[in-house]
This record gives sequence, C-alpha cells and structure tokens, in this order.
Amino acid sequence: MIEVIDTERCTACDICVNVCPTNVFDKTDGIPRIARQGDCQTCFLCELYCPEDALFVSPFADVPQGIDVAAVKEAALLGSYRRAVGWVDESRHLRAADRSYRLFGH
Amino acid sequence: MTNPSSRAEKLSSSVGSVVFDADVLVLGGGPAGTWAAISAAEHGARVVLADKGFCGTSGATAAAGTGVWYVDPLPERREAAMAGREKLGGHLQDRRWMARVLDRTYAQSNQLADWGYPYPVDEDGKPQRNSLQGPEYMRLMRKRTKQAGVTILDHSPALELLVDGSGVVAGATGLRRQKGDRWTVNAKAVVIATGGCAFLSKTLGSNVLTGDGYLLAAEAGAEFTSMEFSNAYAISPAFGSVTKTLFYSWASFTDEQGSVIPGASSKGGRSVIARALRKGAVYAQLDEADAETQRHMRVSQPNFFLPFDRTGIDPFTQRFPITLRLEGTVRGTGGLRILDDSCATTVPGLYAAGDAATRELICGGFTGGGSHNAAWAMSSGYWAGQGAAEFAFQLGATFGRQVFRRGAVGLRSRNGRPLQGGALAQSVQGEVFPYELNYFREAGRLGESLSRLDALWSDASVADAPDEQELLRAREAAAMLATARWMYRSALARQESRGMHRRDDYPEQDDRYRHYVTTGGLDEVWTSARPLPSLHYAEAAE
Repeated sequence: MIEVIDTERCTACDICVNVCPTNVFDKTDGIPRIARQGDCQTCFLCELYCPEDALFVSPFADVPQGIDVAAVKEAALLGSYRRAVGWVDESRHLRAADRSYRLFGH
Repeated sequence: MTNPSSRAEKLSSSVGSVVFDADVLVLGGGPAGTWAAISAAEHGARVVLADKGFCGTSGATAAAGTGVWYVDPLPERREAAMAGREKLGGHLQDRRWMARVLDRTYAQSNQLADWGYPYPVDEDGKPQRNSLQGPEYMRLMRKRTKQAGVTILDHSPALELLVDGSGVVAGATGLRRQKGDRWTVNAKAVVIATGGCAFLSKTLGSNVLTGDGYLLAAEAGAEFTSMEFSNAYAISPAFGSVTKTLFYSWASFTDEQGSVIPGASSKGGRSVIARALRKGAVYAQLDEADAETQRHMRVSQPNFFLPFDRTGIDPFTQRFPITLRLEGTVRGTGGLRILDDSCATTVPGLYAAGDAATRELICGGFTGGGSHNAAWAMSSGYWAGQGAAEFAFQLGATFGRQVFRRGAVGLRSRNGRPLQGGALAQSVQGEVFPYELNYFREAGRLGESLSRLDALWSDASVADAPDEQELLRAREAAAMLATARWMYRSALARQESRGMHRRDDYPEQDDRYRHYVTTGGLDEVWTSARPLPSLHYAEAAE
C-alpha cells in the first residue's frame, strides 16, 4: 500500500492524485493527502508517475506497515521502480530491455 | 457524416453535471477501450472515453507485463499456435475467430511499433513483439487516444446506460468522482470495455475490475456466455499483490516444514497448491532459475521483484510464503456474448471488447497468462470501435430522441435502507474466494452458495440508493454479486470438468457438454445451452 509522501521532495504537482486508478489521494492546498489508503491496490503506478521520486509504496497489500520516510530514503528505495523500468534519463535503455521472449515456453 | 477530426461536443456544463454529445461512447480506458476509441475515431466517429480511474493506469494490463499472442504469418506457425491451445481450452474455440485475432493482433502490434513502442530486438537483430510492458504500453495508448481526437473523462465511472424507446442504447451517465458531480454522454453507440471481475482480490492492477460494465449491460438486457470459466487463481507472495505466474515455473513449492509438496506446480499443479493452502502455509523459491534466467526476469518484469527487494528476500535462494489470488473473469474466458464479427452484443447499439467480452471464441474454457487476452483486447477493441462507429452512422440523426435510464440496483429509492457496498462486497468475496467453493466445484456447495447469493440480491435490489460518496462502491458490489450468480448458475449447468471449470462430482470431460452455456438475468438468473459456431455451420451445411 502507499505509505509515504516525502514532504521535502513533493512539489504538490498533484500527478499522483490524477493517475491513481483507485483514487487514493486527495488534493489539498499543499501536498496531496493519502485519504483512502485502504483502497490502494498496491500497483506501484503512482511511484512510477511521480517525477520527484517522492512516493513509496510498501509491497504489503493488505496491512499498513507505518513505514518511516527516513528509513526508505536510507535504503535508496525512493524512485527505485522508476529507475528499473527506464523512466529516468540514466536508464532509458531499459525500456527496450524486455527479455520475455527468452522466458516464454519454459 | 462528420469531419473525422471533429470532437465530441460539450453541450452544457452547469453546476452538478456535464453533458456531451458523441457518436460513440467507450466505457473503460484499458487496452480494449483505448483501441476501441482510436478505431472508432479513425472510422470517423466523435468519441468520448470514460474511465473509472485514469486511462493509462487503469486495469490489469497497466500495472503488469503481458505476453501477446503475436505469431508470424507463416501458415505452419499459425496452425501450431491455434492447435496448441485447443485441448487446454476444452475444444470450445472457433478456428475462424482464432485466425482473425492472429491477423488483427499482428497488425495492431506492428502499428504499436510504428507509434514508437520500444520493442526489444534479439541477438539476431530481429524485433520481438510477443510481450508488452504494461506501464509503457498504456502510457502510449493514452497519448494515441488523445491524438486521435477522443475526449477522455478520467475518474468518471459509468453508473447506468441510457436507451431509447425501442431499446437501442443511447449513451450512459455516471459520476465525476474527483469533481463531485455527474456526467452524461448522449451517444449513438456504446462500447463496454470495462474489463472482467476480480472481486477486489488485489491481484495486480485488478481492483478497478468489479464487473461494472456487466451490470449496466445486463440492465439493458445483454446476455453473457462461458461465465463458468471464471475461477482462475494466480500465485503471489502471501503478503503482496504482484502476480506473475510464469516465473513460478522455475519454483519449488514446500510446506511449513520445508518438505517439497508432491505435484505442486505453477502449470498443471496449481490445484495441488490450492489444496495445500487449505491445510497450511505454502512456500515458493525460484531455485530452478539459473543466473541468465534471473537476469532476464529482472529486466522483463521489474515489478515482480519489488515485494522481494523491499522486504530483503532473495526469491532465488530463500523461501517465501505464497497465496492464490482470485482473478475471476479477468483471466477467465466468460463475459458479454458477442453476436458477430463487429463484436456487437445482444443489445442494439451496444458493443463489447476486451475482458468484458467473452474470450471463448479464441480460448474456449481456459486462458493461461495474458497473451490471448492481450491479443483479444487489441483485436476486439479494434472491431468494436469500428462496429460502433458504423452503427452510429447508420442510425443517422437522433435529434430530440427520448432516452431512458436503465440502471436499477443501488440507484433508486425503495425500502428506506441504503445499500451498504462495503459489507455486500465482503459477503460476495466470502462466496467466490474460497477454493472449496470456486476452485473445486460441486453441486451441493454451489447450490448452497447460490441460495445465499440470491438472498443477497433480493435484499440489494430493494435497497435505497446510498449517499453520493458511497454510490460507486454500492454499484461495484452489486456488479460483483450479479457476476457471482451468473458464474455459479453456469457452473451448475455444466455437469462436467472442462477447461478451468472443475467439478468434484463430475471430474471428467463429457462430450455431451461440448457447447457454450449462455446466461443472463438479474432478479431471475437463467442459463441455456448454445451450439459451437463450427458445429452450427456443419449442421447447416447438411
């Protein structure tokens, strides 16, 4: 489930409010609010669309973990999914790195 | 009739509602919906696409990676691709449809390449087009939908269909949940591309898929088929949402004590896992993947590793607990019944595409990974969009046409008690999640479950409309309930085991059931048998 909005990195662009398919976030006067955490389907897409790497989705789909933003930062987890799929400049080559054709038919 | 570049027209935007006039309305913005919208626009229609969430992230594809049934147009390869799946699907497929889906998928995939989708190139320099990365694919599809002149309404779930006095579909109306008001689209044809129903099981990306389109189509009189093929379960870490069953073909499965569970396997042994899960915890470890395979997995499906990397588990060297999450009709093959090559449903003006439509024509009673469903989404989306556009043009001017709302459950005031969506959804889950009810079916257990589901429907159908904030949840729960009843009524009617449908009391495939089961109805659910198209033609020729 979505656990963290890093208030230092967030620019209040509200992209996460728009792209979340289950409408978990609410706009505010400032940074968005995780208003309906229980509706989060743990799809990680808000993280992928966040241009500032300010969001962290815990892989625990059913139980909130109460994760601490400092620990997530220390483990360099913010933005790790975006880097892995090639949605940042440094790793754009990964967008075409799919090797599923080597895995099918096992 | 219309200028191809013209857009749907916003008629009014008063406080509390917004009204559009369009030729074609597409409900759902996943692969099928976006292909349908683009196709309708390319065929000259003014198109509105309304998605419950955000077109580009909504649906089972956007969050995942999917294989695609993309086969080079060499006769022997096509023949092998069709023949290879017929036994698994229980010989319910139709060769003519398989061939036209292979052709259309080939064309649409190559279109994606022309649009700039970053397909990989293999060691011999040949592009490989049998897999798509969901986030990348759907980001591109949103862009192309906008470029085609389609008006996209995000966070705009449909609540009910509009029909004219002779029962022809005339649009839909719904909520704009982030604006707190309503939308209405007056349209000459509607495409249902709202996906299947996974019953809020949190299988990856599927919680938007609650059968909403089924419900509003059923209220307009639509029929369904193959709804008994609706008990697909996918492997995920017990704590997580990421389902990628393909990778578990490199796994060993063990019990609490660490002993290998005999016969447990991702393919052909998933029922063994389900039985073991009824007794206790089951663990997996991908210990059969060599270093090269591990590298391929990492780059092919980065999100598969998020649950592991973020909990400090190495899935190749450490055991982790797994579960089976219900994928329902998302990876089943049932859905709205398709009447003809344009993906028309049994309701005039109403078309269906993707997982909302039946996939029996190409999959019969079984679909493994996403590959056939992805191919079906591209193909049926293209045809449904074209069919809807052509229907709209043939209909001509509809100025001044009187239209009626077709929605019922959860939308009207009846007995003074508002429909409680959250509680109802949980009750339905209690009937469709348990392996002993849905995975392993049996007449007595199905019958008892149906009695409880029918009682829930009796209550729900006389309940009041809840508050605006709870309206969507209530309609979703009602759609899940209706879906469960079509599923189990069809499962009772098929007194044999075939495809994914397995009956403890009829464990063998039985030739007398080599037909489709049609179903429908809301207050009274009915089923009937329907011959396969191929057999139908054979009889007609005699």
